[in-house]
Amino acid sequence: MTPLIAELAGVTVAYRERLVLRGVDLAIAPGERVALVGPNGAGKSTLLRVLAGLVVPREGSVTLGGDPVAGLGRSAIARRLAAVPGQAALPFATRVEEVVALGRLPHEDPFRGPRPADRAAVDAAIERVGIGSLRGRDARELSLGERQLVLIALAVAQAAPLLVLDEPTVHLDLRHQVAVMELLADLNRRDGVAVLAVLHDLALAAHFFPRLALLDGGRIVADGPPAHALAPERIRATFGVDPAIFAGSAAFAEPAILAGPGGVHAVPPELTAGPGGR
Amino acid sequence: MSIGARSLALARARVGRPVRAPGAGMLALAGLGVLACVVVAAVAVGSVAVAPGDTVGILLRAIGLPIGRTWSPAAETIVLELRLPRVLTAIVVGGGLAVAGAAFQGLLRNPLADPYVLGTASGAALGAAIAVLIPFRAVFLDLGLLHVLSFAGALVSVAVVYRLGRGGGPFAPLTGLLLTGYAVGSLLAAGLAMTMFLSGSNLRQIFAFLLGGLEGASWLRLAFAAPLIAGGSLAIVARARVLNGLLLGEEAAAHLGVDVRRERAVLLALASLVTAAAVAVAGLVGFIGLVAPHLVRLVVGPDARRVLPLAAILGAILLVLADLGARLLGEIPVGVVTAVVGAPFFLALLRGTRSAYEL
Repeated sequence: MTPLIAELAGVTVAYRERLVLRGVDLAIAPGERVALVGPNGAGKSTLLRVLAGLVVPREGSVTLGGDPVAGLGRSAIARRLAAVPGQAALPFATRVEEVVALGRLPHEDPFRGPRPADRAAVDAAIERVGIGSLRGRDARELSLGERQLVLIALAVAQAAPLLVLDEPTVHLDLRHQVAVMELLADLNRRDGVAVLAVLHDLALAAHFFPRLALLDGGRIVADGPPAHALAPERIRATFGVDPAIFAGSAAFAEPAILAGPGGVHAVPPELTAGPGGR
Repeated sequence: MSIGARSLALARARVGRPVRAPGAGMLALAGLGVLACVVVAAVAVGSVAVAPGDTVGILLRAIGLPIGRTWSPAAETIVLELRLPRVLTAIVVGGGLAVAGAAFQGLLRNPLADPYVLGTASGAALGAAIAVLIPFRAVFLDLGLLHVLSFAGALVSVAVVYRLGRGGGPFAPLTGLLLTGYAVGSLLAAGLAMTMFLSGSNLRQIFAFLLGGLEGASWLRLAFAAPLIAGGSLAIVARARVLNGLLLGEEAAAHLGVDVRRERAVLLALASLVTAAAVAVAGLVGFIGLVAPHLVRLVVGPDARRVLPLAAILGAILLVLADLGARLLGEIPVGVVTAVVGAPFFLALLRGTRSAYEL
């Protein structure tokens, strides 16, 4: 049996007295693609931090690749879990390729710096994400959508078996939302990278992820295919809204619409290195 | 040819050589060459001129090469006992301030940071001013009360700022520290103003410290400062990858394998130590710690593994030149020279490269 890529078992986290996660169980097998959904404050970001060893749980166990996170050094964790960074203001002018190269920090020799293998991984990640045309640009001049692809390329260069993202489509226009989702699905399918993404857009999550984990009040209340995790009664109970609202937007999740000529699928080729881009 | 194929070809063409067009190694060699020339010039020039050939001869003979003496003993004394320690102090202080400045800019993720930003300057200044007021004189290793108290003042004020301004969790940005540094600095400045008010005829001595100067340099003082500054700077250079990880923020750095809490404390301590030692022997030399890292980043980008060593070389060159200028202008404070030359130059540079480089 291959070890699970990541596993939380009975994880409880408290910030001071406030319980943020209550007995969470979540297991991710190699090559899986899981969306973590739920209301604001449900504990989604905390769950990602626990997985990366940045937050130590009060109870429960956390493992990456079968080993307890608590016993792994920061670099070892970074070689097992690549987190796409949040959009942060760069303090200095930084070229796209320099941003992507940061993904090699956990692999580099601390004193000798990047080796040819590191440079090759950076080139491959830039190629894989399809941002070759941006590589010499100052990352601060890029649009949010382009920047998100650069940050994903950084995580790809990190070459970890698990890719973790916290709201990767936030603030992006529809075209870039779909571009990012297709890229994640493609990385998962073709490269076998497991993906765990916190998403707020239930329609995107339902369309692009075969497995959804619904977090509410620090508990996983549903875990399974979209039809199960996003059943109308569950949406009403978790989000307190009329499920018809989501059902309406879920029309977007119908593959027929995505496939329409010149429709939503109009993602420019330079933004995706998807199956059609080779 | 698709975009993908083109970028692949581009990528292939780049593999196997450094990503940057001017290699950092070549730049470092060129910088060291310039530094050597500047050192010879600074040692040769002065109220008593020593011929450049003689200067080189004296320097080479001093490091043990069998070279016949073709110069007067007076020239040798001037070069080896007066000018050389001063020039070497300028190298050490300028290089150390540049490394500390780059470290503070990276740690605080703020391009306006300089070595003095967390209270080192005001702490050192107050320490020096108090030393001037105390009538007691003690000298140990050629270090007077002024040097000791300014060194201690810088370190104590950083420690206080760190104690007060830390917090907000291990991955919180250091904005709180920056604001605390400002507040503590203002408080210490009030103390400094009061001390200066009370100092009467010693005011000029305090001013000389505040403006920075290398006229007090000696071999013994260099022997105190150089190991601290060089050792601290090397330890910072060895942690360049931490500063790289911090480019995208504290949490991103943690995800890239950096132990943010520990490394941040270590780097702050090292940069403060370097700054305090530099300030103790040279006073408050401004601008070099701010400008040298930025100039280097303009050429080689933000990778700290390149920025730190190159900034050290550039900072050394700049301070040797500034001190030479200060000497030639009749021993004016070197801080005046660095500010008068540095500020307009920096402004011009920023205006000229606005699209590529904004603060």
